[in-house]
Amino acid sequence: MTGLAFLIPIAIGMGLLGLAAFLWSLRDGQYEDMDGAASRILIDEEDEL
Amino acid sequence: MNAPAPILADSPALISTRFTVPGMRCAGCIGKIERELPKVEGIIAARANFSAKRVAIQHDPALDETALTSALLAIGFEAQPVADNPLGVETHERKRLIRALGVAGFGMMNVMLLSVSIWSGADGPTRDLFHWLSALIAMPVIAYSGRPFFASAWMALSHRRTNMDVPISIGVILATALSLYETITGGGHAYFESAVMLLFFLLAGRVLDAVMRDRTRAGIGALLGRMGKSASVIGPDGTTRRVAAAELEPGMLVLVAAGEALAADGAVEDGASAIDNAMLTGESAPEPVAPGAIVHAGAINLSAPLRVRLTAVADDTAIAEIARLMDEAGQSRSHYVRIADRASRLYAPVVHSLAALAFVGWMIAGAGWHQSLTIAIAVLIITCPCAMGLAVPAAQVVASGALLRRGLLVKDGSALERLAECDIALLDKTGTLTLGTPRADIAALGAEARSVALGLAQASRHPLSQGLAAALLHEGVVPAVIDDLREVSGAGLSGRWNGVEVALERPDDAAQSLATRLRIGETAQTIAFADPLRTDAAATLAALRAEGITASILSGDRAAPVEAAARELGLAATAEVSPQAKLAALEALKAQGRRPLMVGDGLNDGPALAAAHASIAPGTASDASQQAADAVFIGEKLMPVALAVRVAKATMRIVRQNFGFSIIYNVLAVPLALLGLVTPLIAAIAMSVSSLVVVANSLRLARATQGTRQ
Repeated sequence: MTGLAFLIPIAIGMGLLGLAAFLWSLRDGQYEDMDGAASRILIDEEDEL
Repeated sequence: MNAPAPILADSPALISTRFTVPGMRCAGCIGKIERELPKVEGIIAARANFSAKRVAIQHDPALDETALTSALLAIGFEAQPVADNPLGVETHERKRLIRALGVAGFGMMNVMLLSVSIWSGADGPTRDLFHWLSALIAMPVIAYSGRPFFASAWMALSHRRTNMDVPISIGVILATALSLYETITGGGHAYFESAVMLLFFLLAGRVLDAVMRDRTRAGIGALLGRMGKSASVIGPDGTTRRVAAAELEPGMLVLVAAGEALAADGAVEDGASAIDNAMLTGESAPEPVAPGAIVHAGAINLSAPLRVRLTAVADDTAIAEIARLMDEAGQSRSHYVRIADRASRLYAPVVHSLAALAFVGWMIAGAGWHQSLTIAIAVLIITCPCAMGLAVPAAQVVASGALLRRGLLVKDGSALERLAECDIALLDKTGTLTLGTPRADIAALGAEARSVALGLAQASRHPLSQGLAAALLHEGVVPAVIDDLREVSGAGLSGRWNGVEVALERPDDAAQSLATRLRIGETAQTIAFADPLRTDAAATLAALRAEGITASILSGDRAAPVEAAARELGLAATAEVSPQAKLAALEALKAQGRRPLMVGDGLNDGPALAAAHASIAPGTASDASQQAADAVFIGEKLMPVALAVRVAKATMRIVRQNFGFSIIYNVLAVPLALLGLVTPLIAAIAMSVSSLVVVANSLRLARATQGTRQ
């Protein structure tokens, strides 16, 4: 039973982490242009380095 | 991401302007815009939003919108500047729902984790601890994620109405309160996971609904904004300055250049030209105007500059009058009750009385008030319209996504519901059944004549000349060199070719207005123009008939061309109908209990589009008509109209199946709940399974649009 004292906070902490990441990505505008994101991966970089 | 656009820190010297760029279609376009635009002097960065077909440009304040538009045009994209975030309110609403969904998802997973341990047999102090933990997680989550429902339910109740959100709110609040009581008193049954899961599934439905609306709004926003919105006012000293349409005053003298749209009503003072009144009348033939003629806002001046003394501006113009009619006609539509609310009007009282009966029944049977209340709440939760909340939006989002891929933008779910109910269709002719642009019949012309005709025609902005030039260029004709080229408004073009007098002029037969005469020296040939029917018009009408919808033509055009089209398609037709009469015709049909579908493009169709039970406009329609219509179709085919009706009907079939499933599920689950046999475990499983079945059933609609692929 003492395991619960660790496991439950860890589980909830990980959940909160996921929630925070989701809210951050939402605020960051990552859901603004879903089709564009899918297409951008096809654009070639043209940097002559 | 492979190609991040350079986003610079906001510097106070830069300003940002946003454009809609409907022609952005592929990854290459994004790359081109974001790479090429910053090469223009004064443009610092460009960022494309592919989903919304928008480009945000950061630039030097010295560059104005016109310069930026031409910079975009130079790399091959037509663009329109957009006002500062007119859709911000809706995006905000959607984001709020998504945040609530995220929080509910977090709460659901964690509370479920704890609940599974309880169901697996945790008891005694462990169970109490887990209940307390669940309560600590669930309470804030419910308070936050439940707000959209609580607010809507409160709004309905304070207006003495009831909607879908009332039973949801009551169920969630009662379940939370009872679970809290159970937790405090150390009881065995807490329903936190059911309450949170209910919110999660319902929010998923709401988010789907909001995403669908936003997506279509962005698509339609990209089509809008082609009207003239300012005018060149001639001052007393003869200088001109641009004045926005809203700031024009009656009595002002404005200069209307060839190709410009009028921004207000007025009378011609000086100049002779032809105007394209298609916006108001739907008539594609240009109308000659001379001093004294009355011209209306929205008309396009075709051949020569005009000086116009304004008589009516802003809200007093004929266009504004039509807009007012549209507004009033649209009011009736807001009384339409969506199927989900109709269902809940039947459903909510039944659920509430069942729960109340369960409580009273168990009290009479001698159970304590605590057990009776637990059972009543189990009834509320198990019947809570979780599957119902998803039944409608899930089906509608799948259907609208499928239609979008076939070139039809449906504005919202209520439009799909109304489309499915239509039983009679009224179609405008010009621009709807036909393409709306005159096409020349050049088969009779010889090679020499073609070359001369192109040399003449390409010099003019007259729609007939443009139609002729387009047809000739399409055939690969090389234009002849014409000297001494003159355009006389209302008469035609004339010039000299190898010393011979050549002309494109009005034929003597005035009734034949959709024709021009090509004269080379002494020989003359008449070139007829036709506004051809869309290639699949007949097939579309047959498809509509197959859906049980009879179609007829209701057009503002002259009787002769309308009758010709009607004969060809075998339809009944009414011609020369004014916008008010179109509106009256629709009101008459509605009064007979019919549900008319209006398909039209001109501004003269606007009030009718707004008044019809459902309406569709082509993507070439006037802005106002696109605003008034429930759906907009893009491209040269008419088939999306029939497809829309078919898919709308399929959607409603699926929605009804979804409702049917929810009802069967309730018929099975409610007796169990009434008998007090439903544990939180059963409630949770039943709820998820019913939601998944509804979503899976809705996904079948993605295939519904594939039947008519040609």
